[in-house]
Amino acid sequence: MVGSLTAVFAQDPMLAGEIDLTVVAIVLLKVVVAFVFLLVATMFMVWFERKLIGDMQNRIGPAIAGPFGILQTLADGVKFFFKEDLLPDRAERRVFVLAPLLAVVPAFLMFSIIPVGGDFNDGNGGVVTMFGRETLLQVANPAIGVLFVLAMSSVAVYGVMLAGWSSGSKYPLLGSVRASAQMVSYEAAMGLSVAAVVLTSGTLTTNGIVSFQAGEGWGGLLPNWNLLLTGFVPFVIFVIAGTAELNRPPFDLVEAEQELVGGFHTEYSSIRFALFFLAEFMNTITMSALFVTLFLGGPAGPAPVGPGWLWGMVWFFLKLFVFLFMFVWFRATLPRLRYDQLMDLGWKLLIPLSLGWFLLLAVIDVAGDQSWNPFVVVAGVAAGFLVGAGLLRLAVRAGHARRLSGEDAVGEPV
Amino acid sequence: MGYLDGFKVTFRQIGPSQRVTAPYPAEKAPKPERLHGRHVLNRYEDGMEKCIGCELCAGVCPARCIYVRGADNPPDDPVSPGERYGFVYEINYLRCIHCDLCVEACPTEAITETKMFEFSFTNRLDAIYTKDELLVDDDGRPRKLPWEDWREGEDEHTSAWMRATAPSGSAAFEGRVAWSGELGYGVRPPERGQAHEDLPATPGTTGTQDHGSGGH
Repeated sequence: MVGSLTAVFAQDPMLAGEIDLTVVAIVLLKVVVAFVFLLVATMFMVWFERKLIGDMQNRIGPAIAGPFGILQTLADGVKFFFKEDLLPDRAERRVFVLAPLLAVVPAFLMFSIIPVGGDFNDGNGGVVTMFGRETLLQVANPAIGVLFVLAMSSVAVYGVMLAGWSSGSKYPLLGSVRASAQMVSYEAAMGLSVAAVVLTSGTLTTNGIVSFQAGEGWGGLLPNWNLLLTGFVPFVIFVIAGTAELNRPPFDLVEAEQELVGGFHTEYSSIRFALFFLAEFMNTITMSALFVTLFLGGPAGPAPVGPGWLWGMVWFFLKLFVFLFMFVWFRATLPRLRYDQLMDLGWKLLIPLSLGWFLLLAVIDVAGDQSWNPFVVVAGVAAGFLVGAGLLRLAVRAGHARRLSGEDAVGEPV
Repeated sequence: MGYLDGFKVTFRQIGPSQRVTAPYPAEKAPKPERLHGRHVLNRYEDGMEKCIGCELCAGVCPARCIYVRGADNPPDDPVSPGERYGFVYEINYLRCIHCDLCVEACPTEAITETKMFEFSFTNRLDAIYTKDELLVDDDGRPRKLPWEDWREGEDEHTSAWMRATAPSGSAAFEGRVAWSGELGYGVRPPERGQAHEDLPATPGTTGTQDHGSGGH
């Protein structure tokens, strides 16, 4: 039992040996820092989103609270705390109270496996020395790694679903039905593009994935990022599926105001609503951090002067910021998808494409090991792709035609 | 890249030069010179009131927000140059729609409109402006009441609309002086009218047609 536990903990060099008070203190410190960072980053993100989207719409955005309105989120938070906490008469009370926590706790947990810094140069593997102990700049480095993120984001679906169901009101229910369908279907595409990364990197741990990307890439010029190694397609799929998973525009059908009032959180007010809000923005930050970790080499990057761990943080936050900007940009630009368009995009395009690409990467991997003729491999894969795409197209068309004619309708034809 | 063109559109908007919003309470957007705000009761250059208590403004008011009672001028201390003067003058700003018909109806240019609409009340009675509040002060400026948000220079254009079209609100008299002097300002110059090139182009009409004098 002790041996197996050590094997689990050994992912972090600090936890491999004797665990004494210093180690516990370091772990506690990391937890507190990660917690505070997430809260502060959420505050920043809400402000940044409102400010940037205002700018993109030729407005000013929040400008009253604090310099450049940066304390706007704080003001909103204080307001939420002092509002009346409503519990609808027809609500399923226990579930209603539980749901916001189900949304917010996974959001916190998910961030714990993100490496936010560390020295990845010269095969260091992101190890830094803290109070005389060698450790990683992430709260936890479990062996299951990115699977933990997928698991937690699945748990977060329950938060949304139960919130809508327990409200005892029809719009939240509709919103949560949409949410669960959307999140479940996009999780498949997301999982398959994560699988591509795992296949390329050969490890599930986030630290391992970042270490793998730390080396020099092709020609010594390009970085060794999974973005390039997996051929860009899994990245695009992951970004689209991640945006859908976050219920952010253009995939915000869950809280489509024009159709569903507020969506799954219509009946929530006060601090419980604030928890949903907090979870949403924390998830945005975590998802951006996950993009960075999986595809853009996380904190790995050159360290010209000074300590390597600091440069790791600098690179990480720079890359993170790019994706935070991207999410706001999406929101400012893209109109919301219709529900059938959303499902079509997920099931008929993203999932087959990510599955096909995953197989392609696997074939290339095997071909390299077996030293097959690369031309034959490429030609065969291309032919397979074309045939698959053609068949899928035929199937989609046939299904569409049948639906229009009403042949396979379960009840009366509409 | 048809699908991605939208991203260029939103990205181009970034930057302060394209902003159209004014940070309102700190800074006001410029107001058009002929904006209809709350009223003032003007005075002649010698300080006499222009209002003669004829009640034409109250008669024409579609919102019935003006209440006027005229009275004979005291012979030893006349308030207005004529026979009678406005003894009571009240406007209810919860009813006023700022249509400016009272300004058109007034035979002596006594009532005109300022550019002020930024005021609020905590009591319905406060919304009724009495003559004390409406009458211009000894400099001919509107009274800056404590619940109104006046800024520098906002009290100057109190009769622009009337001066652009008078008399009788007709554009045919544009540019002709046909009004009496005002306390603090003298005889105000006519406001520059709208030239034809300022008008929005309407398909099917030429710029030379005169729509202004119709029905006169």
